[in-house]
Amino acid sequence: MEHLEFSFDHGSMAPANDFAHAGVVGSGNLEVLLERAELSGRCEAVVDTAIRGYERTWHKVLSDFVTRQGLADVRISINDGGATPAVVCLRLDQAAADLKGAPA
Amino acid sequence: MKIARHSFLEAGARTRVRGLLDAGTFREFCGPLARRTSPHLPLLDMPVAFDDGVVVGEGLLAGRPVLIAAQEGSFMGGSVGEVHGAKLTGLIERALDVRPDGVILLIDSGGVRLQEANAGLIAMGEIQRAVLAVRAAGIPVIVAIGGRNGCYGGMSIIARSCDWIVISEEGRLSISGPEVIEAVEGVEEFDSRDRALVWRTMGGKHRRLLGEADALVADGMDAFRDAIAGYLGRSRAHDLDSLETEQARLEARVTRFAECRDGVDVWAALGVDAPERVPELEPDAFNRLLGTLEETSR
Repeated sequence: MEHLEFSFDHGSMAPANDFAHAGVVGSGNLEVLLERAELSGRCEAVVDTAIRGYERTWHKVLSDFVTRQGLADVRISINDGGATPAVVCLRLDQAAADLKGAPA
Repeated sequence: MKIARHSFLEAGARTRVRGLLDAGTFREFCGPLARRTSPHLPLLDMPVAFDDGVVVGEGLLAGRPVLIAAQEGSFMGGSVGEVHGAKLTGLIERALDVRPDGVILLIDSGGVRLQEANAGLIAMGEIQRAVLAVRAAGIPVIVAIGGRNGCYGGMSIIARSCDWIVISEEGRLSISGPEVIEAVEGVEEFDSRDRALVWRTMGGKHRRLLGEADALVADGMDAFRDAIAGYLGRSRAHDLDSLETEQARLEARVTRFAECRDGVDVWAALGVDAPERVPELEPDAFNRLLGTLEETSR
């Protein structure tokens, strides 16, 4: 297991809902929990992953996500079962849609 | 196999709960935000899940108050570890306080989580004790089986300790899984890769024909909801008389089907015409067939 922590200063859009959850921890899959948090506009991410050695990839994927969604004041928590970056992006976007209050 | 648009089989635990309960009524206990994760998995260098693979809460089904649990089959096979088991036990025991019209368990599990073996085994005993206490209080415990993992190991013992079992054709119910039987008894005894054999001996139709399940439904949220709603507020006797009757039924079954080597042999012995065609029957036709047989209720 590898434990990673990141902090991002992008974004301006505060979430509409208190939290959102997407995905299941399984082979090639992951769960994403997004929570509204007072972080002075920043977004913080914690990743626990079964696969070691991908810190730079996680940083790129999460940085891209925060920028693309324009999120602010959101805590991102991830339990990963070895998902590919494409699956990670999909789950993050699913959770972000819920957090923003988009229709299910 | 037809996949319904609102398939129970294909859904995850939360989707199942939302699909069965009245819209907007579900309130989850110890959800992902609570982060009640397994204390054992990190020691084994394995990832945890924020809900430990089970969703528990309360809501309305057909306007009636229920407690409901749904195992997430995609997380470690819906297996029962310490936290997962405590969530199930706590939910079931809550029925003694709030007295709902039913406790609903959506089982999708291979049984005890082997990585938490002793904690999981203890949890099974606690869950079963809670089920029996709730039944003794006159509150029905209703099981639904229709997920990819079926209902095996300790969870199969839990299921058969409950009042009612609703199962789909795709659902499976057995103590030992196909791979376990093959590993212990040999491939000549049971070929776990023979999927048709697996469903003829452990599948929903076979369990319904043997009287181990109470309703065989199509794979869909509506079908499961309607069948479960029919059991709300309806307890089944659970006293010495009912246990002795069940014991006698099981003893007679051992004798009656002793020579049967396959589900098809059992169905023929039950008096099913063209038993080899049972797997092809749609649920409606299957249930009409059941009506023509004598021994399909436990």
